[in-house]
Amino acid sequence: MANNIVIETKGLHKTYDESKVPVHAVRGVDIKITEGEFTAIVGPSGSGKSTLLNIIGGLDQPSEGSIIIDGQDLSKLKPNQLIDFRKNNIGFVFQSYNLIPVLTAKENVEFVMLLQNRNEKERSERTKELLDAVGLSDKYDVRPTELSGGQQQRVAVARALAPKPKFILADEPTANLDSTSTRNLLDIMARLNQEENITFVFSTHDQRVIERARRVISVEDGKVESDIIK
Amino acid sequence: MAQLFKLARRNIWRNKRRTIITVCSILFAVFFATFMKSMQKGTWDNVVNSVVSNFFGFAQIHENGYWEDLSLNKSMEYNAELKNLADSDENIQDLVPRLESFALGSHDIKTKGVVVIGIDPVKENKLTNLADKIIQGKYFGEESKGAIIASGLADYLKLTVGDTLVMIGQGFRGLNAAGKYLVEGMVEFGSPELNNGMVYLPLDQAQYLYGAEGRITNLIVDTDKPKKIKETVSSLKNTLGSEKYEVMDWEELIPDLVSARQMDTAGGTIFLNILYLLISFGIFGTLLMMLKERQYEFGVLLSIGMKKWQIFIMLWFETIVLAFIGVLAGILLAMPLIYYMFANPVALTGDMASAYDSFGIEAVVTAAFESGIFIQQGIVIFVIVTLLSLYPFFKIRSLHPVKAMR
Ligand SMILES: Nc1ncnc2c1ncn2[C@@H]1O[C@H](COP(=O)(O)OP(=O)(O)OP(=O)(O)O)[C@@H](O)[C@H]1O
Ligand SMILES: [Mg+2]
Repeated sequence: MANNIVIETKGLHKTYDESKVPVHAVRGVDIKITEGEFTAIVGPSGSGKSTLLNIIGGLDQPSEGSIIIDGQDLSKLKPNQLIDFRKNNIGFVFQSYNLIPVLTAKENVEFVMLLQNRNEKERSERTKELLDAVGLSDKYDVRPTELSGGQQQRVAVARALAPKPKFILADEPTANLDSTSTRNLLDIMARLNQEENITFVFSTHDQRVIERARRVISVEDGKVESDIIK
Repeated sequence: MAQLFKLARRNIWRNKRRTIITVCSILFAVFFATFMKSMQKGTWDNVVNSVVSNFFGFAQIHENGYWEDLSLNKSMEYNAELKNLADSDENIQDLVPRLESFALGSHDIKTKGVVVIGIDPVKENKLTNLADKIIQGKYFGEESKGAIIASGLADYLKLTVGDTLVMIGQGFRGLNAAGKYLVEGMVEFGSPELNNGMVYLPLDQAQYLYGAEGRITNLIVDTDKPKKIKETVSSLKNTLGSEKYEVMDWEELIPDLVSARQMDTAGGTIFLNILYLLISFGIFGTLLMMLKERQYEFGVLLSIGMKKWQIFIMLWFETIVLAFIGVLAGILLAMPLIYYMFANPVALTGDMASAYDSFGIEAVVTAAFESGIFIQQGIVIFVIVTLLSLYPFFKIRSLHPVKAMR
């Protein structure tokens, strides 16, 4: 497979100027991520990891610079186009799972496909396939509150994958998990990455998670300190 | 869309506390509003009915100026034109003649001022069901020459059926009026004012007493379409002209009653508006609470690709469903109570009662049981809640996924 670039940032800056003292959270980040990567963004608390991921995912706008996803410059999209673009191209996994509480595991995974107007057959096949892939074939009809944190996060991964996005962004996906669940989740992510060639970009503080990554981008004070491909 | 509705439905189930608070406040609002409106309407309808259909009629024709003076000198000739007038308008069932005046009534050593009303027994009975109010003796027949008196007056004068009532007064154009009448029957009125002073005579007897042969003071419109009374009155005015006669509907006949009703209704409207305002605040509070509580969830929905309008529609569905349940429950709860009040009027006592009595009205509190009131109040409150539920639209519009999830 050729080196297909899915994410490219050019001269990214982000300044929060809502408070009296402006916070310069990202100061000039240029990175390229190619299809099939399994990349960790690491750095101390406050170094700008979340800010960076939010901008890459189109949830937040940069103060300066541009993000190009699969050839599309996000700043060129209107708000509703951006939502559709996100829905179809980017999968999100959040630190605190963020499943829709009133929907079952199956319905949570199905939800984005419903928003995409996929047909019934396609939806249920894909939902089954994904929940099986994350090892939850016996939890289809269970609501999030009855699942453990690790199980919820696996549903979140399945949900993120449902619309067949170009890549998955995960902001500290294991921060709320115990070590067994962490290992379990990483196994699943790594397998999806290897077997299905799904691109993962995740942020973390956790040394055990960093070890599993194949590329580690360290940020500090909003700048890339080092970029190591193992 | 169906998906949004499903989400909305589940959200309603999930947040039971909010659901209960919202539904209950809507329910209470509808309950109180319909109850209040029904009681007000029922009580006033009863007032109007007892005054209008039991005595005054919905409209009257007099000689010009009679209602101002109430004098026999403003009586009118009961001529062919007036006798045939009932055929002029299809809303008029009949025109009922009366000769009304005053006299001193006495028996033994007791004397009292009385209201004398000469009536056409058959027509009068069709209008006011006078025969049904007989508690002793008989109603007038063809040949009657006696009197029917109200029971309060009878008690005062110590009269019973078979006794003789003597009446002295002033007749038409200052003639002396005096006569003796056999008490043929006794009637009872709910209103003390009527019950303590009424004497009925057959029309010809009254005309003879007052020296007013062939004359009457009032011609009362008997109609089964009271809602069309304004039309009827103006058609009568057209036919009769304004030169000789005056035609008045009940609102002109008893303006005090109209203004009393207006005052009371205005007070009720203010109270209702306060009620609407209170529940608006209540509902608004639950909306604000809900928006705050679920901000994070909205952030998630936005970031996984739900559009703002979809979130808004979902929230709107939620409120609409709650409003619908609340309104329906409120109506269902109010219905039996209102029906009970409608079927079992409560008699008033004390100050309230005497206030009513002074108008000559039976003092009862009752409810109107009308679908119009339920529908109207249901819709008003439903619309208020629906409008309030547009508020989240402004909140959702300015929602930013990252900030919402912070
Ligand atoms: N909305 C905001 N307004 C102002 N400052 C902000 C905002 N969000 C983040 N910051 C600041 O920007 C800097 C970077 O924050 P960010 O959340 O990206 O760091 P992080 O690396 O994800 O930290 P952590 O590991 O604690 O999650 C911090 O100094 C933070 O205080
Ligand atoms: Mg962070």
